[in-house]
Amino acid sequence: MASLDDLKKRISSVKSTQKITKAMKMVAASKLRRAQENAEKGRPYSDKMNNIILNLSNSISDKENSPKLLTGSGDNKVHLCIVMTSDRGLCGGFNTNIIKKAKSYFQKIQDEGKILKIMTVGSKGYDQLKRAYKENIIEKISFKESKNANYFDADKVGKIVIDKFEKKEFDVCTIFYNQFKNVITQIPQEQQIIPLKASETEGNSSEDNYEFEPEEDEILSNLLPKNISTQIFKAMLENSASEQGSRMSAMDNATRNAGEMVDKLTIQYNRSRQAAITKELIEIISGAESL
Amino acid sequence: MSEGFKLEIVNPESSFLLKEGVSEVVVPAFEGDMGILKDHISIISFLKPGLVKVFEGTNEEIFYVDDGIVEFKNNCLSILTSNIFNIKKMDKNIVRDALAKAEQETKKNDISDQNKYLIDQKIEVLKNLTLN
Repeated sequence: MASLDDLKKRISSVKSTQKITKAMKMVAASKLRRAQENAEKGRPYSDKMNNIILNLSNSISDKENSPKLLTGSGDNKVHLCIVMTSDRGLCGGFNTNIIKKAKSYFQKIQDEGKILKIMTVGSKGYDQLKRAYKENIIEKISFKESKNANYFDADKVGKIVIDKFEKKEFDVCTIFYNQFKNVITQIPQEQQIIPLKASETEGNSSEDNYEFEPEEDEILSNLLPKNISTQIFKAMLENSASEQGSRMSAMDNATRNAGEMVDKLTIQYNRSRQAAITKELIEIISGAESL
Repeated sequence: MSEGFKLEIVNPESSFLLKEGVSEVVVPAFEGDMGILKDHISIISFLKPGLVKVFEGTNEEIFYVDDGIVEFKNNCLSILTSNIFNIKKMDKNIVRDALAKAEQETKKNDISDQNKYLIDQKIEVLKNLTLN
């Protein structure tokens, strides 16, 4: 049985932990609002972009000569996976969920005998993957310095990806991120960005006759690299909203658990205090009786 | 029928501008400035650095864009751009910084002709802006 002093110390330590988790929850909540707003504001751009590309690729007549970013390199051997995670921990299952999803995909690829290359964005992903997939990781990027997800960073990642694609370092590129649904649910997503998957570009494929200036191919080859950056940016925005949401609920839980623990410890403390008093009383009474 | 059409300018961070009833928009398309009026044929084009002019009745608003894509369809004009400023709210210092950066870039030898063309355009537009 722990002594009264120990219990007292324990209670105060749990209480200060609770204060910290509570503060983190508050911070996450206010950041979440901003991140969520940003994620929602960013959606029209990527949706529009997708739409335009869909319209373009529909109207391209010469499918064989269309840009490689759209149709792929014709091979399916080397897969590049971009795993997007956060730079900070203490956000519940946020990173673990992405990693889990990514790992099952890695397994599938390796089982099929294809070559796997990994690029991690965010330091937590690298930390978790480096043990099992050290030799597969070709690049690790982290944006610890930038406070919010911004397009500039996404563009940097996009440029690296395109550069590698042009050097024929991979054939298929997939990104992994958490889609923000609401504060308690974030869905880990895998999205293939090179070659562009037809299923994602469904939407309203109405047969519009567009006029193009300059030629379709030229527009497409200008647009597709931008689309890569845009998709990565979207993933970053979704991720940052998810991260804050996940952290908020994790910290909320932690605060609640700490509260429960304090209650339990307080009861234990009071009981042992009473037991000590009772014991002392008995000693006094029995001492008096024996006289 | 209303007089104008719908204009939507979005950048990656947010929806920059949303307007109904715009009478004319002039965009700096890649192959030259292009004025778009109501009931224009559906068109997709991309932009070079330049000024987007939005006319709404007698009002006129001017924006500077670095690049972008325009899509016009069913009397709805969407402009996607990564960098846009309202000329009136634009800081002269920002313009000067951008200009200096662009000038530095032209000095590099390894840029493609197309990039050079775009940067030259940019310098020209930015120079005009600093004069005003």
